[in-house]
Amino acid sequence: MKYGHRTLLFVLVGLSCAMAHAEVTVIVGGTVHTMSDAGTLQDATVVMEDGQISAVRRGRYVPDGATVIEADGKVVTPGLFAARSQLGLVEVNAVAGTVDGGQQGDRYTAAFDVADSFNPDSSLLAVNRVAGVTRAVIVPSPAWGAEQPSAVFSGSAAVVHLGGDDDFLAVRKAAVVAHIGETGGYLAGGSRSAALLSLTEALEDAIDYKAHRDAYDAGARRAYSVSKADLEALQSVISGETPLMLSAHRASDIRVAIDLADRFGLRLILVGGAEAWKHADRLAASNTTVINSPQSNLPSGFDQLAASLSNARALSEAGVRVLIADGSSHNARNLTQLAGNAVAHGLPWQDGLAAITSAPAEALGLGDKFGKLATGMVADVVVWDGDPLEVTAHPVAVFVEGERVPSESRQSLLRDRYQALDDARPPAYRNR
Amino acid sequence: MRWLMGLAALGGVLLAGCGAPEDQDSAAAFASRYTAAPSAPLLIRGATVLTGAGERLDNTDVLVIDGKIERVGEDLSAPRDARIVDAAGRYVTPGIIDVHSHLGVYASPGVDAHSDGNEATSPNTSEVWAEHSVWPQDPGFATALAGGVTTMQILPGSANLFGGRSVTVKNVFARTVNEMKFPGAPHGLKMACGENPKRVYGSRGSAPSTRMGNMAGYRKAWIAASQYRDKRQAALDGQGEMPDRDLALETLADVLDGEILVHNHCYRADEMAAMIELSREFDYQITAFHHAVESYKIADLLATNNICSALWADWWGFKMEAYDGIVENVAFVDAANACAIVHSDSDIDIQRLNQEAAKAMAAGRRAGLEISEAHALRWITSNAAKALGIDDQTGTIRVGLNADLVIWDRTPFSVYSQAQQVYIDGVLMYDRNDSDFQPVTDFALGRVSAPGGMQ
Repeated sequence: MKYGHRTLLFVLVGLSCAMAHAEVTVIVGGTVHTMSDAGTLQDATVVMEDGQISAVRRGRYVPDGATVIEADGKVVTPGLFAARSQLGLVEVNAVAGTVDGGQQGDRYTAAFDVADSFNPDSSLLAVNRVAGVTRAVIVPSPAWGAEQPSAVFSGSAAVVHLGGDDDFLAVRKAAVVAHIGETGGYLAGGSRSAALLSLTEALEDAIDYKAHRDAYDAGARRAYSVSKADLEALQSVISGETPLMLSAHRASDIRVAIDLADRFGLRLILVGGAEAWKHADRLAASNTTVINSPQSNLPSGFDQLAASLSNARALSEAGVRVLIADGSSHNARNLTQLAGNAVAHGLPWQDGLAAITSAPAEALGLGDKFGKLATGMVADVVVWDGDPLEVTAHPVAVFVEGERVPSESRQSLLRDRYQALDDARPPAYRNR
Repeated sequence: MRWLMGLAALGGVLLAGCGAPEDQDSAAAFASRYTAAPSAPLLIRGATVLTGAGERLDNTDVLVIDGKIERVGEDLSAPRDARIVDAAGRYVTPGIIDVHSHLGVYASPGVDAHSDGNEATSPNTSEVWAEHSVWPQDPGFATALAGGVTTMQILPGSANLFGGRSVTVKNVFARTVNEMKFPGAPHGLKMACGENPKRVYGSRGSAPSTRMGNMAGYRKAWIAASQYRDKRQAALDGQGEMPDRDLALETLADVLDGEILVHNHCYRADEMAAMIELSREFDYQITAFHHAVESYKIADLLATNNICSALWADWWGFKMEAYDGIVENVAFVDAANACAIVHSDSDIDIQRLNQEAAKAMAAGRRAGLEISEAHALRWITSNAAKALGIDDQTGTIRVGLNADLVIWDRTPFSVYSQAQQVYIDGVLMYDRNDSDFQPVTDFALGRVSAPGGMQ
């Protein structure tokens, strides 16, 4: 989105909202859910300028030369923020060469960085951004199907935008991803205990390494369980700067996760947490964030016997920050439906919207940049034709870093090609 | 008798006698042993009724007697012993029907021991019956019920060219699958195109390993089945001896005789067209293509050939043959006057087929099509019933049909909508506000869930 370049221009030319070539866009007349302390504003104006939101205010406000998006009767929200996905890391799941979200073995652990695999030309980006997804955490996946035990750390996550250009990366190493519980046990060679041991050992090694880097480099320190690159990647985790996204479902695994975070002073984001409601108070007390899959209500495994549609509600009531995402990439666009279902089962509507906009940004320490409609925030904005959490709603305009994205995707092109089956031309000669 | 979708739709009576023979005689092995519990008359008052046949009736009463829909109209009077449900402000629809489920054959928890849906040991396993894998204690039945699902077809998986027989069940809680079997519902035959069979067998170095290998496999099987059918028919006509029993050939011969319906997993347009050619060669009817993410490319062909498309609202891209999926698929098929169905293939999505239909409807509207909610409801009710050969029994709110009904708290075309009550044959099977009517399978027993529970 050439954001850096325009920021520079912005600084050079000053702060006038009426600058003729400052590319000002205003969205006027809509119901604006700011997701900030300003709350929801009726008949309000959102001003976007140089990729940022320069103002959000009540009433109609149109600076000279601004591009105007009329939003009467429409709903304006921050762009959807997928709290976990593999957008840009996968094109077709069953085509191995297009899948870069995970790796096997334990040669690389926390250092495995999915940002290096991200494909801004992936067709999934347009499919999802036309539906309102503007930003995503892309996460590495565990080594399913590996023939030998693999790392319980699957690597580092990144934050990207879905605008589809080379300037996609917002934050590298936004979180480190690991697994305990049933998945961790599977990776570590057959037991939850092995997974925890592997995780603990790596964290302890990272702490030791921090204090003895020179000795390590001189070959004068004991052997560590993970590589130098991994030890480096874990530094910001043990300092509490970078969150650890830890997957676990069973209540007992969640208790272990909380204890681990407490022991090492980690910023914990619990992923999945099918039985998290059982420890809602402890999760709240430990400031743990939970990424919830609101539709997961079946005992899919023995670690999810108490899965519940009320999970998000129970967590929210206890004061836990709830993010909503089920990990889907092709259909990350269904974040709204997921949140809607959580609301249908008791999560307050605002919390539902926050769970797919502002809360993911806050959980990653990016709340001052993304996820809200407020002055100074990056202008990821969606104008909806109705309640965004409703399955029949759809965006009428989507902005990524202030630029309106075309309402075109590979799917819309297929739609347009085949809608008129009586077109005399063979399909390959229709819209191209 | 040949089963033809179009004629069935016109006549509504042609299906009589089409049921699989064993269901006609409850003493026969593997017959349906379902009987509806007795129920008091039921009067649902003042609802917005979406009939499933495309109509919307405002402020309407539905009277149920002996498990059947007795009357539909305004200001109906209730028999003295009737249970009366005030449904003002609420919506009533037929029970939701999922034509593509693997509940019971891939039961929760998803452990290896519950993997009973794919007899992936030979590309032709026409001899296996899904009902012999169904575990009635799958917790997924209960959660599907809370989503308004009263009937479903449970299919074998798609590893094989011929996966075996499907079974249509009522979503009732019983100790045996036979007590769930939908009386009079024909069996289906699961066939599969494309990537799955060629991957499963090709990776073992055996046939098929290509799409042309798939086709050759189908043709060989149908040649054998045709010969078997002819011998069997001749014997019945007093010409020669009955052939030795062969479970696989029996299934395929029953397809050729029109007694088993073909449910064909097939994604790509060109492959569906090839399967239509195949059906021409061996003179059988394809009832429905399942998954069919490219149906929109050949919607006219599907309409001409009276073939339903059972579709997801928006799944795409998980494999090559799913790459061209679009959210307008359902609506475009429907707009071509072909039979469109929204299916789940998922123990999660089966719980909210109403939302999936709503997404498909909304996508069609955005593409400029006029689609009412009443019309879109057909995709998960009457069209589904037609594809299962049970539209003379369920899928529509019409006098004489089974009282399979759902009362929703608002239009079912909303993410916030929830089934309040679900009736099967007039019997209250689920009540969101009464835990006495929230079934808990054996497996789920004692796994106390959060307030609100799984459902």
